[in-house]
Amino acid sequence: MTKEVKQLDRVIIRIAGDSGDGMQLTGDRFTQETASFGNDLSTLPNFPAEIRAPAGTLPGVSSFQLHFADHDIMTPGDAPDVLVAMNPAALKANVDDVPKGATIIANTDEFTKRSLTKVGYESDPLEDSSLSDFKVSQVPLTSLTVKALEGYGLSKKDAQRAKNMFALGLLSWMYNRPTEGTREFLKSKFAAKPDILDANLAAFNAGWNFGETTEDFAVSYEVKPAKLAAGQYRNITGNLALSYGLIAGSKLSGLSIFLGSYPITPASDILHELSKHKRFGVRTFQAEDEIAGVGAALGAAFGGSLGVTTTSGPGMVLKAETLGLAVTTELPLLVIDVQRAGPSTGMPTKTEQADLLMALFGRNGESPLPVLAPQSPSDCFDIAIEATRIATKYRTPVVVLSDGYLANGSEPWKIPDVSGLPDLSVAFTSEPNGENGEFRPYQRDPETLARPWALPGTAGLEHRIGGIEKSDGTGNISYSPANHDLMVRSRQGKIDGIARDIEDLQVDDPTGDAEVLVLGWGGTYGSIGAAVRRVRRAGSKVAQAHLRHLNPFPENLGEVLNRYERVLVPEINLGQLALLLRGKFLVDVISYTKVRGLPFKAEELAGVVQEVIDRAE
Amino acid sequence: MPSENGSDAAQAGGNGAVPNGLKLVPRSDVEYKMKDFKSDQDVRWCPGCGDYAILAAFQGFLPELGVPRENIVMVSGIGCSSRFPYYLSTYGMHSIHGRAPAIATGLAASRPDLSVWVITGDGDGLSIGGNHLIHALRRNVNINVLLFNNRIYGLTKGQYSPTSATGMVTRSSPMGSLDSPFNPVSLALGAEAGFVARTVDSDRKHLTSVLRAAADHEGASFVEIYQNCPVFNDEAFEPLKDSAERDSRLLRMEHGEPLRVGDRGVVVGDYGELAIADVAEVGEENLVRHDAHRADPGYAFALSRLDLPAFEHVPVGVFRDVKRPTYDELMAEQLETAGAGQGDADLAGLLASGDTWTVEG
Repeated sequence: MTKEVKQLDRVIIRIAGDSGDGMQLTGDRFTQETASFGNDLSTLPNFPAEIRAPAGTLPGVSSFQLHFADHDIMTPGDAPDVLVAMNPAALKANVDDVPKGATIIANTDEFTKRSLTKVGYESDPLEDSSLSDFKVSQVPLTSLTVKALEGYGLSKKDAQRAKNMFALGLLSWMYNRPTEGTREFLKSKFAAKPDILDANLAAFNAGWNFGETTEDFAVSYEVKPAKLAAGQYRNITGNLALSYGLIAGSKLSGLSIFLGSYPITPASDILHELSKHKRFGVRTFQAEDEIAGVGAALGAAFGGSLGVTTTSGPGMVLKAETLGLAVTTELPLLVIDVQRAGPSTGMPTKTEQADLLMALFGRNGESPLPVLAPQSPSDCFDIAIEATRIATKYRTPVVVLSDGYLANGSEPWKIPDVSGLPDLSVAFTSEPNGENGEFRPYQRDPETLARPWALPGTAGLEHRIGGIEKSDGTGNISYSPANHDLMVRSRQGKIDGIARDIEDLQVDDPTGDAEVLVLGWGGTYGSIGAAVRRVRRAGSKVAQAHLRHLNPFPENLGEVLNRYERVLVPEINLGQLALLLRGKFLVDVISYTKVRGLPFKAEELAGVVQEVIDRAE
Repeated sequence: MPSENGSDAAQAGGNGAVPNGLKLVPRSDVEYKMKDFKSDQDVRWCPGCGDYAILAAFQGFLPELGVPRENIVMVSGIGCSSRFPYYLSTYGMHSIHGRAPAIATGLAASRPDLSVWVITGDGDGLSIGGNHLIHALRRNVNINVLLFNNRIYGLTKGQYSPTSATGMVTRSSPMGSLDSPFNPVSLALGAEAGFVARTVDSDRKHLTSVLRAAADHEGASFVEIYQNCPVFNDEAFEPLKDSAERDSRLLRMEHGEPLRVGDRGVVVGDYGELAIADVAEVGEENLVRHDAHRADPGYAFALSRLDLPAFEHVPVGVFRDVKRPTYDELMAEQLETAGAGQGDADLAGLLASGDTWTVEG
C-alpha cells in the first residue's frame, strides 16, 4: 500500500494526557525531532502545579503544544491542527481550542464509563455525534502498546506506561520526523535499565509501524525545513538561555557567579542548570529562604562576585528589602523574576506579566533600579548579558522580568559566536581616590554616576557601606537634609542616565505611514508580532515596537509614542505598562489586557489591532 | 590537652600561632596596635552602654589575629550593636534587620581569604533573623557570630526581646511579657553549631579569650555576650558583675578542668543530666571535667541548661568546640573537582552542547 504524503507549510499539534503520562517528555522529544529536521518552531508546555494530580481529572491534565513550519513563526499557535487525547479528561480540557475540521486522535482504551463519568461526560463523545465537526481517529493506544510489549517480561502497569512512546512513534510517522535522536535519547536515559529501554524502543517503533500499516492513517504530512539564516542551531527554552546568558556574562565580565536562590516554580530550572556548571566557577547556594538567597548574593557581590538571585513573584516580594539595600549600597546584583500568575501563590505553572510595577516600585523610599524583559526564549540569553553589563557598569541591582511562558517555551536558537560577544570586563578600584590619600566610597564617576567598587582585601580602601543614608563622597552616616536630597537625586540620576547607554526603540513600520502603533514588552513579542503580520496580510497598515528596557525607557520612546495617532498596548496584566506610559508621556494609550495564565492568541490580538485601525480611520 | 576534635583556646593567636579559622586568610606583615583598628567615626552609644567595653576588647584583640586589616570584614544587622562596623577601620557592611548571617554567608563562601565577623543582638539575631542564624550555624560557614544579648530591644526603645524573661514589664508588655525566652546557647547547639561560647561584656580578659577561641575555630562560631543596656534594662546582669558575688556565680568552663563554681560543682544526675551539688557533699573527684570537644552535643546542651534559677551558676567560656568540614571549603572543593580555574572552561562548547543542527548558507 502506498501512502500519500501531503505537503503543509505549518502544523500545530497538541498532545494531552494525565500529568503522569509523560506528556512533557513526549512533547520535548517531538520538538527535538522537529528541530533537528530544520523547521522553525515554538512550544507551549502547559501543566498543573500538582506533581501527580488525581488521574483522569480535569485539574490533572498536562499538555504540550508545538507549532512548526517551513517559515519563521513567532508563537506556539492558537489552535491545534491535531489533538492527541490520551483520556476523556484530556479531550474535555482541550477540545474547545480545536477548530472545526482538525484531527483528534483519541486513546479509546481510556474512554471507559468510569473515566467519562469522572469528568462529567454523560455519553461517550466518540460515539455520540458531539465530535462530528472533527476528523476523529480512534486508536486503542494503551492496549496496542501492551500487546506490542508482550514477551518483554514487563508488568501490565509498566507496559501501559510506555503508551506515550507509542503515541510519539505514531506522530513521528505522521509528520515524517527523524527518529534517530529519540532512539539515542532513550538509550542514554535508560542505559541502566535495559528492559525498560527495550520496551520503550519497541513501543516507539510499534507506534511508527501502526501509522505505516493501518488504513486509518492514509496520509502522512511533510513540513519542509524553514529557511533560517545560516549557522549552527539548537532548540532552547528561556530558562536554559538565561542560565547560559548568566554564564556568558560571568565569562565576559571576568566575575565568578554566586547564585543565591530558593526553589520556586517556574524559576527553579535556572538553579538546577547553573548547579551543573561549577567548571565555570559558578557557586550555587540553595538558601533557607528567598531573603537569604538574595542576601547571600549581595554579600558575594560585596566580595567581588557576579551576585545573582533567581525567583518568581512571591519570592520577589520577600527580596524587596534586600533590593533596597543593594540600591543604597550601590552594588551590582542580578535579580531574575520569572513571573507567574499571581497574587500570592496564584497559579504557579501559568504565565503572566504582572510584576512590572512591583519591580519598579515595590520598595520603600525612592529606590530606582533598571528593569529589563526578554522578548523570546532565545532573547533570554542576550538579556542576561545586557543585565550583567548594566549592573556591573552602573553598580546597581538589575531586575530581569522573564515569565513562565518564556521560561518553559522553546524555539530554535542560532548559537552565537562567542568572539562576537561584548567585553564586559570590570575594573575594581585599587587606589585611594581622595585628596589626602583616603578612599571615598561614594565618590561617583562623573559620566556614569557609579561609585567605585573596592573589594575587601584591598589595602588602604577599607570602608563601610550599609542601609543608613550615606554622606556623598565619604560614605559616612548622614542625616543632613541637603545630603539626603542630593543622594536620592544622584541615585535616580544614575539610573535615568542609563537611557543614554541603551539602544533606541526600533519601530517596525514597513510603509512608514501607519497610524496605529502596537507597543508591547517582554514575553508577548511573538503573539503581537504574529497578530501584526496577520493584519498586514489583510491589507492594513500597522507599526510594531517592543520594549526590552522597562527602566529606564529608551530615550526615543516619547517621540515614538507621539508619532502615532493611536498606540495599542497589549499586556498580560491589567494595564501596568499603559499606566506608566500615560503617567510619563501623557499619551492616552489604548490598553488591551487579558490574564488567563496563558499567552495571547495571535488571532484574537489581530482582531483587536484591526479594530483599533478601523476606529482610527 | 586539646583532643583531636578541636583546638585549645589557650593556643590560638596569642602566642603567634595562626588561628585555625584563619588558615586561608593572608598573614599581615604589619604589627598592628589597637589604635590601628579605630575608625575616624565618633562612637555614638548611650553613656554606660556595654557595647563600649565590647568594642574596646575587640579592637584590642584584633592585632593578635595577625591578619591584614583589609582582610577583616564586619557584617551587622540592625540594632544598637549593629553600629559596630562603623567604629572599626576594617571593611564592613551595616545591613538590614536580621539578615547579616545570610549576607556574611555569601561573602565568606565566595571569599575564603577574608575573616568575616557578624555582629548582631538578641532582637536582630534571634527574632527577625532567627532563621538565617540557625542555618548559618548548621551549614558551618566560616564566620564568627557575636550576639550581644541585653535581653531587651534598645534601638526601638525598650520592648521585650526573644531573651526577655516571661512576665517582664516593658513598653509593649505593660502587664508582663507572655513569651518564653530563648536560651541562645541551647538554640545554637540545637542548630548544630560546632563552636558555642558565652562571655560577659565587662570581663575583658575572659571576653578576649573567647574571641580568640572563636577565631581559632574553623567554621561557624557562635558567641553570646551578656551586654548591659543602661537605659532600658539596666543591671540585668549585675549579679554576674558584682565583684563580691561573681566568683560564686560564674561557672568558668576550662577544657580538661573540673566544673566548679565557688563551693559547688557539676555532677551527673540520675538520668544523665547535669546538676549542681556542694563539693563537700559529693567530693571533688566526682565533679565533671569539662570536655569542649565531645562530638555528641548532648553534654554541651546539658551544660547550657544549668543556669537556672537565674544567675545562680552561669556557665561562661566555651561550651563546645568541635571540628567538622566547613561549608566554604566543601564548596571550594566541589569547584576544584569540577575543574574550575584549571584552564579556560569552554563557553562556546557549552552553548553548542546538546542536539544541534546546521543550516547551510
